[in-house]
Amino acid sequence: MTEVLEGTQQGAQARSSSDTEPFLVVEDLTVQFPTHDGLVQAVSDLSYSVGLGETLGIVGESGSGKSVSSMAVLGLHDEKRTRMTGSIRVGGKEVVGAGDHAMRKIRGNDAAMIFQDPLTALHPFYTIGAQIVEAYRLHNEGNKRTAKRRAVEMLDLVGIPQPDRRVDDFPHQFSGGMRQRAMIAMAMVNNPKLLIADEPTTALDVTVQAQILDLIQKMQKEFGSAVVMITHDLGVIAEIADEVLVMYGGRAVEKGSCKQILTHPEMPYTWGLLGSIADVTGDTSKPLVPIPGTPPSLLNPPTGCAFHPRCVHKDKVPDGRCNSELPELRPGIYANHLTRCHLPDPDAIYESEVKEVVM
Amino acid sequence: MSAPHDAVADSRTEDAAAPELSGVPLLEVKDLVKYFPVKSSGLLRRTIGQVQAVDGVSFTVDKGSSLGLVGESGCGKTTTGRVVTRLYDPTSGTIMFEGNEIGQLNRKQMMPYRRQIQLIFQDPYSSLNPRHTVGTIVGTPMQVHQTVPKNKMLTRVQELLETVGLNPEHYNRYPSEFSGGQRQRIGIARALALNPKLIVADEPVSALDVSIQAQVVNLLQDLQKQFDIAFLFIAHDLAIVRHFCPRIAVMYLGKIVEVGDRDSIYLTPHHPYTQALLSSAPDVRQAAIGGRRERIRLEGDVPSPVNPPSGCRFRTRCWKAQEICAQEEPPLLQIGGREVACHFAEPMQVVAATEGDIAAQVEDDDRAPKLEVG
Repeated sequence: MTEVLEGTQQGAQARSSSDTEPFLVVEDLTVQFPTHDGLVQAVSDLSYSVGLGETLGIVGESGSGKSVSSMAVLGLHDEKRTRMTGSIRVGGKEVVGAGDHAMRKIRGNDAAMIFQDPLTALHPFYTIGAQIVEAYRLHNEGNKRTAKRRAVEMLDLVGIPQPDRRVDDFPHQFSGGMRQRAMIAMAMVNNPKLLIADEPTTALDVTVQAQILDLIQKMQKEFGSAVVMITHDLGVIAEIADEVLVMYGGRAVEKGSCKQILTHPEMPYTWGLLGSIADVTGDTSKPLVPIPGTPPSLLNPPTGCAFHPRCVHKDKVPDGRCNSELPELRPGIYANHLTRCHLPDPDAIYESEVKEVVM
Repeated sequence: MSAPHDAVADSRTEDAAAPELSGVPLLEVKDLVKYFPVKSSGLLRRTIGQVQAVDGVSFTVDKGSSLGLVGESGCGKTTTGRVVTRLYDPTSGTIMFEGNEIGQLNRKQMMPYRRQIQLIFQDPYSSLNPRHTVGTIVGTPMQVHQTVPKNKMLTRVQELLETVGLNPEHYNRYPSEFSGGQRQRIGIARALALNPKLIVADEPVSALDVSIQAQVVNLLQDLQKQFDIAFLFIAHDLAIVRHFCPRIAVMYLGKIVEVGDRDSIYLTPHHPYTQALLSSAPDVRQAAIGGRRERIRLEGDVPSPVNPPSGCRFRTRCWKAQEICAQEEPPLLQIGGREVACHFAEPMQVVAATEGDIAAQVEDDDRAPKLEVG
C-alpha cells in the first residue's frame, strides 16, 4: 500500500549523482497506520537532512513520531500495514517504496540502527560473535574466520575487555552496558555511513550512559558517519547533538543548532520541555514548570497547531488561529532556525516571561 | 542556598544535638542487612552463596522531610525501600519507626504500621490491577484497614482522586483508560488513602515522559507540604533527587558511600563515586551556555554483589585506589555537613553552582589543564 510512483524513485536515483546532497535526506515524509479505530497519523510532512560527520538529535515525547520516522529510514515498517509518502534518500538511494531486496542491501551496510533495549534486540540463542559475524557476512565476501576476526576487532574497538574470549559469550552473560556496546559493534561492523540510535541510553545508568555516549562519538569520528540520535532526554541532546529537531504530534515543531535550541528556543513546547526538567545546578526552591495536559492522540489530532490544547501562550495569538490554522514551519529570528508557531515575536516572550522560569 | 532548605538543615542539627528534646526521628534504620540466598540447581537446592543486596546501611528520615537514595541499578536502593516497608524481611539490623522496632514484627503485629508506611512503585502499568476499577484500587487499603465506613467509602475515594488531580467522576474507570501520568496519580492516591506518615517512592517518575515527570514531582511536593508526609525517595536521576530531597544518600553495591545535605553532596562531593556519578549526569544548562565540561569516566561495570570486592567496594573502579582500600573497609566518617566512607576523601567541584561559575569554568577550560582522571 506504499503510495509511491515509480517516477519518484527514478528521479531520486538521478539526483543521487550530485555529491552536494547530505547523506541522509528526508523530504515531506508522512507515515500513517490504518487501524480498526481509524488512521494513526504517526508522522506528517517531516523533512530533515544529516550530513556525514554530523549529529542530529531528535527530541520528543512518546508518540511524537520520532521512532516511527527513523524506522522508516531503515524501511522497517510493514508495507502492507503502512501508508508512506514522501522521500527518504540514504546516500542518494531512495528508501520509500524500495523493495525488500534493495532495502536489505542498504540496511546494515549504508545505514544501521541501535535500539533502546539491547536485551531484546540481541538474539538470546546465538553468541554475540555469531550475531556480529552474520551482520558482517551479509554484506562482505570472506570466510568465517575473517568474519570472526573482524567481530573480535569490533568488540575490542567498542571497549569489551578480553574480546577474543567474550566473542563466544551469549547476550545474557553481558551486563547492560556491555550489551549496548555489543549492539554498537554489530551496527558499525560494515562501516555504515549512517547510524541511527533510538534511545540508546534510556535503559542504562548514568555512568554507563556517559560511556556509551562517548563511544558513539568516538565511532562517529572513526568512521565519519552521520548520526541520528533519538531521545526524550534533553541532557543527552545537550551532550551529543550538533543540530536538534523537536517533534510534537508527528510533526517537526522546531529545528536549529543545539546551542540555539537550548538558549533561544522559539516554540512554546520547547519552552515547556526545558521548564519541566530538573537539573543538577538549578534552584531547588522553585517548583518545576510542567506542561499541562497530556500528549495528543494521533488518531484524532487537535485542529490547528497540535500543541494548542496544552499551550499557555495561545491567547497571545489573535483570532484563535492556533486552534484553526496549522502554523507553517517558518524561519525563526536566528539563522538556520525553523519554528512552527503563530506567535508573532516568540523571542521577546521567551526573554521577558519564559527564560526566568526555565533557566 | 535556598531558605526552606536552610530551615531543614537547621532542624536536623538541632535533632542531632538534643535528641531528647525534639524526639526520635520518624524512621531510623541501623546496620540494615539483606542477603538473598543463591541456591544450587538440582534436588537439594543447597545455598551456595549470598547476594549481598544491602550490607549494613544506616540512615534516618525525619518527620515531613525527604531522604533521597541514589545509585546505579543493583546498588540495593530498591531492596532498602522494600525492607523498610517490610515487603522483604531484613537479614539483620533494626528498623525503628517512631522509636518502635518493626524489623522483626510478624504479619499481625505489623498491621498498624503498614497503615503509616506506604509505597509508590516505578511502573504505573504493572502496579495497578487491570481488572479492578480505580475506585476499587484506591478503596481497597481503606477496606482492609477498616478506616472508613462502607457508606462513606465513595466520598473518600473521590476526595482522594481530586487531591491527586484526577476527575473524581472517573472512579468507575479501569487503569487502561488512563495515560501513564494519570496512572501514576492513581498509585499516589492509593498510597495516600491511609494517611501515611512515610511514603517510600521507588523511582516514581522514571517511567514517565519528561513533561509529565514535572507534574508528578510537583504533585508529590504539594502533598508533602499539605499532609506533612516524609518521603524515602529512591531514584537514579540525580537532578530529580536533588530537586526533591534536602538530604541525600548515595549508595554503591549495598552500602552508603556518602550521605549529607543537598549542597554538601552536589557542590562539594567528597567520595570519588559521588564525584563520578555527578560528573556523568548530563547538564542541559551548562551545554546551553556553552562548553561541555570534562567528565570523570568510570571504567567497567558494577561488580557482582554475590562476591563483592574486599575492603572498599568501589576500589575496582576508583582512580584513587591504593593498597589500604583492598584491605580495610573505610568507615562512614563525618566530614563537615556529610558522612563519607573513603580513605582518601577530599572535595572536588564537579557541577558548577551558578551561571558565573559555569562561565568561569568554560574560560578555564581553554587555558587550564583538563581534569586528569585515570
